[in-house]
Amino acid sequence: MATSIENTVQVKRPDLVVPGETFESVTEIVSRPMEMKLPSWWLIVFCVAVSGVLLLKSMIAYLIWEGIGIWGLNNPVGWGYAIVNFVFWVGIGHAGTLISAILFLFRQKWRTAINRFAEAMTIFAVICAGIFPGIHIGRQWLAYWLFPIPNSMGMWPNFKSPLLWDVFAVSTYFTVSLMFWYVGLVPDLATMRDRAKSKVRQMIYGVFSLGWRGSNRHWQNYEKAYLLLAALATPLVLSVHSIVSFDFAVSQLPGWHTTIFPPYFVAGAIFSGFAMVVTLMVLARQLFNLKSLVTIGHLERMNKIILLTGMLVGYAYGMEFFMAWYSGYQYETFAFINRASGPYAWAYWIMVSCNVISPQLFWFKKCRTSIPIMFIISIFVNIGMWFERFVITVTSLHRDFLPSSWGYYSPTWVDVCTFVGSFGLFFTLFLLFLRFLPSISISEIKNVMPEADPHYGEEH
Amino acid sequence: MNEILLAEFSSPKALLKAAEVLSDCGYSKYDVYSPFPIHGMDDAMKLKHSKLGWIVLCGGSVGLLTGFCLQTWVSLHYPLIISGKPFFSYPAFVPVTFELMVLFSAFSAVFGMFALNKLPQHYNPLFKSAYFRKATSHGFFIGLDSTEKGYDREKLRELLGTIGVNHIEIIEDSE
Repeated sequence: MATSIENTVQVKRPDLVVPGETFESVTEIVSRPMEMKLPSWWLIVFCVAVSGVLLLKSMIAYLIWEGIGIWGLNNPVGWGYAIVNFVFWVGIGHAGTLISAILFLFRQKWRTAINRFAEAMTIFAVICAGIFPGIHIGRQWLAYWLFPIPNSMGMWPNFKSPLLWDVFAVSTYFTVSLMFWYVGLVPDLATMRDRAKSKVRQMIYGVFSLGWRGSNRHWQNYEKAYLLLAALATPLVLSVHSIVSFDFAVSQLPGWHTTIFPPYFVAGAIFSGFAMVVTLMVLARQLFNLKSLVTIGHLERMNKIILLTGMLVGYAYGMEFFMAWYSGYQYETFAFINRASGPYAWAYWIMVSCNVISPQLFWFKKCRTSIPIMFIISIFVNIGMWFERFVITVTSLHRDFLPSSWGYYSPTWVDVCTFVGSFGLFFTLFLLFLRFLPSISISEIKNVMPEADPHYGEEH
Repeated sequence: MNEILLAEFSSPKALLKAAEVLSDCGYSKYDVYSPFPIHGMDDAMKLKHSKLGWIVLCGGSVGLLTGFCLQTWVSLHYPLIISGKPFFSYPAFVPVTFELMVLFSAFSAVFGMFALNKLPQHYNPLFKSAYFRKATSHGFFIGLDSTEKGYDREKLRELLGTIGVNHIEIIEDSE
């Protein structure tokens, strides 16, 4: 068989793991952040993040004590930072499931280096997102009215409202993402249990790894469960941001009432999520020395997805203007001219420059593979995507049909501090994850190494 | 007293070969342990297909029905007039029905998998072996149960020797 090799073209795929690493060294590399001496930078950043959590808690306490009046909301702008931040965080939470589910179904093996990381980010982002609708309702102690719970008033929610669909979509998304993440973690927790030097570590990792021992009879069901979860999470991830967009699109307001919203929101969510993964991954691979598992090749692939989804978002921005003109509907036309040239034009142009213009640099391989450039662009995208939600929510509300009811919205210090505090919560959870759980999937990354193939080394 | 014969192999390739040989010799109660799933191992061990798909199908159907019936019942039992829409507005029930179908399916996939694998199971005789700890990092093992018909320690040592075993250990199971 070896003689016919002259007639075949050998296409070599880029290595997913830097050559020279073995199964054992991969375990070592991933375990190092959990077993090394606590780095001082970790402690410093952790203290900063925890003070963010305290800020968030005190802002929420103040809100519950004093009422929604401490926020900048007014009439006509009844939706402000709370909704903007909710959509921002939920959007970030979309990359994790996209990487773990959709890329899994497409057999994109490079996902194994980043999926654990992105899934953790998803869960923490959805936790941050979930806070905002919970606290914006005014009487927070009645938040349970959102759920169909039998109560003594005999009262039930309105299932025709997209806001209620959202409750189901986001809570299902959180639960499924958490289970997906945990199932992926079980074999790696067993690895940590078997490496544990202290009794306490062995106990804790042992309890959560459920007695996993790598049996093939278990792997068979496990792989099936993973495939099914991926197949379930794929339509789920598309449905969640579609339903978030229904919160806007189902209303009659010019600037919100458009059919392009579901795909446009999903593309934007993936865009912002990937940007956040790049921001965090660039830092983590540097600080914890994961460079042989998360290579420049992985980052470059993510940057390509950022470029693609950035252009999808840019297309949606353009198409909204086209439809505003083509519909011949004066209120819609006004909403968009006002968006680009009215009192909030500054926000609109920040959004366009960050989301549409800045990712264009990724056309150049030099920019796609340069760590500082991709880091800066990913930050720009994060900023731009926050402004996108601000532009959609606030500019549409502040000037609608009647000029007599126009207004202007600005956040108060409480709005800003609550938002800053949510970053504190996100980074607190993320730092704990980096320190106590394997941030790269040990078993999955071994599976894509060439040595894992039972026919490794044979001539074809 | 029962025992488990634990044999270590050096690579996924050797492990797959060993499983094929054992199956061909008529063994069926053995199990293979590896840090990641090995492609082709299910066939080598002659395992039947996983039943999980059926469990998830049932879970998903229950979720679908629960979602739709819940919304129908609530909307008729607690009628809310919203823009003059009919109480039984089934197109509006699609999102929640879908979400509950996914939620119930995911629960049955995860808990069904744990149930089929009999997890959590924090005791196993294999955990007594310090050597076996490699199985979750870079070790490739086969465990043969002495309750299997035709189990003969010496004969197995000989057989495994011919297919390149690295190390053999006997683990006693006191239960």
